[in-house]
This record gives sequence, structure tokens and C-alpha cells, in this order.
Amino acid sequence: MKLSEKFDELKNKNEKAFIAFYVGGDPNLELSEKALSVICKYADIVEIGIPFSDPVADGITIQKADVRALKSGMNPLKAFELAKKLNEKFPEVPKVFLTYYNIIFKMGEENFVKKCKESKISGIIVPDLPIEEADSLYNYCKKYGVDLIFLVAPTTPDDRLKKILEKCSGFVYVVSVTGTTGAREKVAEETKELIKRVKKYSKIPVCVGFGISKKEHVEEICKIADGAIVGSAIVKIVEKYVDENGKIKDENEFLKELEEFVKHLKKGTKIKSKTKEKTVIKNI
Amino acid sequence: MKKYKDIYPDENGKFGIYGGKFVPETLIPAITELEEAFKRFWINNEGNFREEYYRLLRDYVGRPTPLYYAERLSEELGCKVYLKREDLAHLGAHKINNALGQALLAKKMGKKRVIAETGAGQHGVATAAACAKLGLECVIYMGAKDVERQKLNVFRMELMGAKVIPVFGGSQTLKDAVNEALRDWTTNVRTTYYLLGSALGPHPYPMMVREFQRVIGKEIKEQILKKEGRLPDVIVACVGGGSNAIGAFYEFLDDDVELYAVEAGGKGIETGMHGASLCAGEVGVLHGSKIYVKEDEFGQIEESYSISAGLDYPGVGPELCFLKDEGRIKPVYVTDDEALEAFQILCRLEGILPALESSHALAYAIKLADKLDKDDIMVINLSGRGDKDVQTVAKALGKEI
Repeated sequence: MKLSEKFDELKNKNEKAFIAFYVGGDPNLELSEKALSVICKYADIVEIGIPFSDPVADGITIQKADVRALKSGMNPLKAFELAKKLNEKFPEVPKVFLTYYNIIFKMGEENFVKKCKESKISGIIVPDLPIEEADSLYNYCKKYGVDLIFLVAPTTPDDRLKKILEKCSGFVYVVSVTGTTGAREKVAEETKELIKRVKKYSKIPVCVGFGISKKEHVEEICKIADGAIVGSAIVKIVEKYVDENGKIKDENEFLKELEEFVKHLKKGTKIKSKTKEKTVIKNI
Repeated sequence: MKKYKDIYPDENGKFGIYGGKFVPETLIPAITELEEAFKRFWINNEGNFREEYYRLLRDYVGRPTPLYYAERLSEELGCKVYLKREDLAHLGAHKINNALGQALLAKKMGKKRVIAETGAGQHGVATAAACAKLGLECVIYMGAKDVERQKLNVFRMELMGAKVIPVFGGSQTLKDAVNEALRDWTTNVRTTYYLLGSALGPHPYPMMVREFQRVIGKEIKEQILKKEGRLPDVIVACVGGGSNAIGAFYEFLDDDVELYAVEAGGKGIETGMHGASLCAGEVGVLHGSKIYVKEDEFGQIEESYSISAGLDYPGVGPELCFLKDEGRIKPVYVTDDEALEAFQILCRLEGILPALESSHALAYAIKLADKLDKDDIMVINLSGRGDKDVQTVAKALGKEI
């Protein structure tokens, strides 16, 4: 399913998007398929991380997940297989890949995007690929009809923001705090400012990530944006159950806790009443 | 002859296909700010920045460092061998040239907090010293394994007021220290200056570090012309990230001088345990820049290995990558054992303890000398002194101290 169709569908249901991130292959391929299957039951969009050895835009939680996945033998080819399988089971949930540029560069940009198309991956997020370096990947994404999702940060100035929004499709990923990923306590004021700036220039759906860890955060974000992205807080559940050797002690317990958590988070995206939403937006 | 000097990088920070700015969006404005500040202070010399920097190099670092004619080594090798004595710079290595330049820039930019990564600790020590001297807060990221291996340097940094933070992620070495420093910078970008230690990373770092290390080659040129009345035939320098090599080579890029970049062959390229990205790596993107990296078939960065901590990094700065492809520099490598042998030769013949990094340059120079005549002039960049390596050398030679 295309990302734009998903956002239209959500709009009709009076809901915002709950986007869940999980590293493919964490702690191993088989279990990550099970975990992602649980996530697909509740998430509107699923972000699958293809692990990289040096994930500089991520915090320690996701770096550890990448290390676990790589140790278990995860690689980009397996990630495409994983995406295919999930798409057979959950065709109505769009999936996007998040990975670092060297993974794509190594495979060859066109080859990577073509494979995304073949495995019905709707979009790609590359956190270390700024707009200046993205021309050729952007062209391949256009050619194959895959969305290239860019990140914008509170430190992004207006003229740059406009340039990014011209190339960005699917949704725009708003970095809610200056920093790397990781669960934080409060949603920052500067995030709200940034969303307002994005809305001024573009109609593209705005989703907020980095630092969202609770249903209350999701609710707060969904009042002002089109979706909330939760990553580290989900990955932390794996961390809780995994031992030093990357084995999960109690698989059922793990999947149960994961299911309860994502189910709970999704509730934060349901808009209670239209009038209420409008007053909230006015107050910002 | 094609010209290379003062042409690269282009406006996008590229050296041919290499370099660029592959960093998270959050850092882009910080990098732009840095680019502008570097232009203002270094290129346009605002507030006489260059004079201040050169005065510090003279009075604080002790430059110019000597270009020393190594008589006994020359006799042994059968050609004229000169050593550029960066080991005699303040703190015993070329690292201070860059640390001081960037710390001064940080101060001019009004940044009060400086962060840096370090492997063996040489760049960390140089940064700590520059920050102490200029009154800046200093935080050093260092792989937990390196903290353990280099306790003396950790203490030196702490004595100079720096806070050393061990990094437990990944392989717990230099590569992970860079990752962690980048994370800190991403989080504290408004108040913090990231003082990168080699000619690596996103634009403008490779250019900036080269400019601050360029003094090495400038001095070599002046000194050799004075001593010999002509340019050298060959310059040899070791390459980890590549800052001492690009510094020594740069003034000679448009001259008829052969430039050898000596990488860490570790236990031999075929064993996979090496740090020779120019010789054995592939083009990839690491730490913000398109460069030669040591990676696997899927693009995962592999751990490097060398007996010399300063060469133990899985990539090489973009300008050297470009110059390799252009055929302007010759990348070569020597193994741990060859470096150890060269280390001892210099101790015995000249009474100089070279750093294990510089011993790599020396080891290749010894091999190369076979092809040179007795009037040929070879300059070896002795990038640092070897006191820090005495323990490692003793261990490798099976001696107890």
C-alpha cells in the first residue's frame, strides 16, 4: 500500500498514524519476523531498520539492536525477504526501510530501490543522507515509485526546509529534539515550532519521531502532527528480554509485552472529537 | 603535469567523487556554520587569525620543527635521508598543529565547549592541551578498550582538565569514539565545537585539518631548499586517517616529487587484520564522507587492526583517496613486524625513538632505498615520538619491563 493512500484512509477514519520502528533481524531473523507481525497488527505504518555497523544518527538502544541483528547474521538481502513475507501477511500496512547510506551505496542505488519496489517497500529513510547528496537516489526512487522520506530538524532553517519538502514524499520525518534517537520524557517546545513551519510550506503528512516513548506523547504529537513514530521505546522491550548471547528467555512473554505496548500506543492516535482538535491547534 | 594544489575540494566539499557531507540533518547547520567560520577566520584572515595561529605554533608548539639529516641512516640506506621531526613538536606529535588551529577557531566562534574523539590518546592529549591553553571546556570520547590500553594518556588528559568518557558501544575503539562524539555534537550542536583529529569526516573537516597540517610540508620545502638547494625526490609518510601525510605532501602535489602513503599492513593484508583501506579497501561512506573503507560485502564497516593505535582505523581521508585514484600518491603498506624492525633500527642508528605510526613510514623508506641512488633525497615524516609505544614494543619483542 502506498503511504499517501494510508494517510487518506486514516483521515477518513479520523485517526492519525502510529508508525512503529523495529530492527530487522533483532535478535534474530525468525524472532524479528514474529515481533514485526505483532507490530503490524496495530501500527499503521511499519519502519524496518536494516542494521548498520555505525549508526551515528541513532542512540545507544538502537545501536545495540543493530549489533544484535548483525551478530545473528542479518543482512540487506534477508531484510528484503523479511519485507516480502510481512507484505503477504499484512498488505494493508505500508512498510518503509530505514538504513544508512553505505548499505544502499554498496548494493547500488538503483538495485536497492528496484528491490524495494519488488518487495513492496513503500518508502526509504536514510538518516545520514542530506538533501545535497540525495539527487541520484531521489531520481531512482521517482523512477520506481518508491517514496524517499527526508528528516527535518529544529535546526533546519526555512530556506533549506523548503528545498527538502520539494523532494520529500510519503511523509516528512520531523526530528523532535536535537539529538539522536532514544526515549525521552517530554515533547519539546521547538518540535511544535518546527511542525508549524513545515505546515506553512507543504501539505505533506508530518510525522514526528525521536524521543516518543509513551501513549501520552503519541496523543500530544497527534494533536499537532499527522503521525507519531516510536522506535527506541519498542526496541527497549527486546533489550529487556534478551540475554548476553542474544537469546530471548521467554518468547511468549516478550511478544505479549510487545503487543500490549504497541496496542496501547495506537490508542493515542485516535482523535477524540474534531472540535477539540481545532482548539488545540489554535492554542499553539 | 596536472595541478592539484588549492583546487580541491569543490564547493560541495568533494575531492572528485570523494568527501561530501553525509551527516544527519541536525548537523547540517552546524557544518555550514563551521564552513563559514573557517572561511572568515582562515581564508579571509579576519582579526589576523593566521598571525595568531602561527605565533602559537612558534611559541607554544615550538615550530618550525627541524628537518634533520640522518647521517648514519643515510649511510646504511645508501641515499640521503632527512627526517621531519614532528616528534619534537609540543606533546610529541603533529596532532597539536590541528588541535590548536581548531581550538582557536572554536574560541573565535564563541563556542565554550569542545569535544573530540581519540584512539591512542594523542589527539585527545593535543586537544586537552589546546583547550587548557585557550580556556575551553574539553570532553574526550575514547573507546573503553583504548582507555584501558592507554591509561597514561588518559591521565595526561585529565591533568590538563579534560573529561575523558569511555565508549562501550561497538568495538570500543576509535571508530566508536567518533560515533559517540558525533552523537554528542548532534545533541549539543548549539553550544559545542567538534574538534575532529584527522583529515576525515564531513566537509569542511578534511580541508580544514589539511590546512592546519599543511605547515609540515611548507617547512619541509623551505628547509630542504636551504639545505640541498633542491626539492626531495621522495617523501614518505604513514597513513591512518591521513592528517600527517596530507600535511607533509600538500606543498609538493604540483612538484616532481614522489609521494608514498604507507598504511598499516597489520598481520598481513591476506589475514584481514590490517588498517590498509587505500591498498585493500573499497569505496564507501563512513563518518560523513565518501572514502575508501574496510567493509564487508554488504557495506558493514569492519574492524581494522594495527600494532600502532594511530593507524588502527577502517578508512582514509577523502583527499588521499582522490589522489590515489589520480595516481598522484602511491599507497603501500608494511606489516607490524616490519614496523617493529624499523623502530629498532632508528633507535640504534640515530638515538631517536619513533612512534609506531611513524615506524611504518620508516619501514617502507628502508625498502624503497634499494631503488634510490646515493644522491637521491628522501624525506620521511617522523610524525611522532615513540615513548608512548615503549610498552607495546617491549611486549611484541617478548621483553619484560
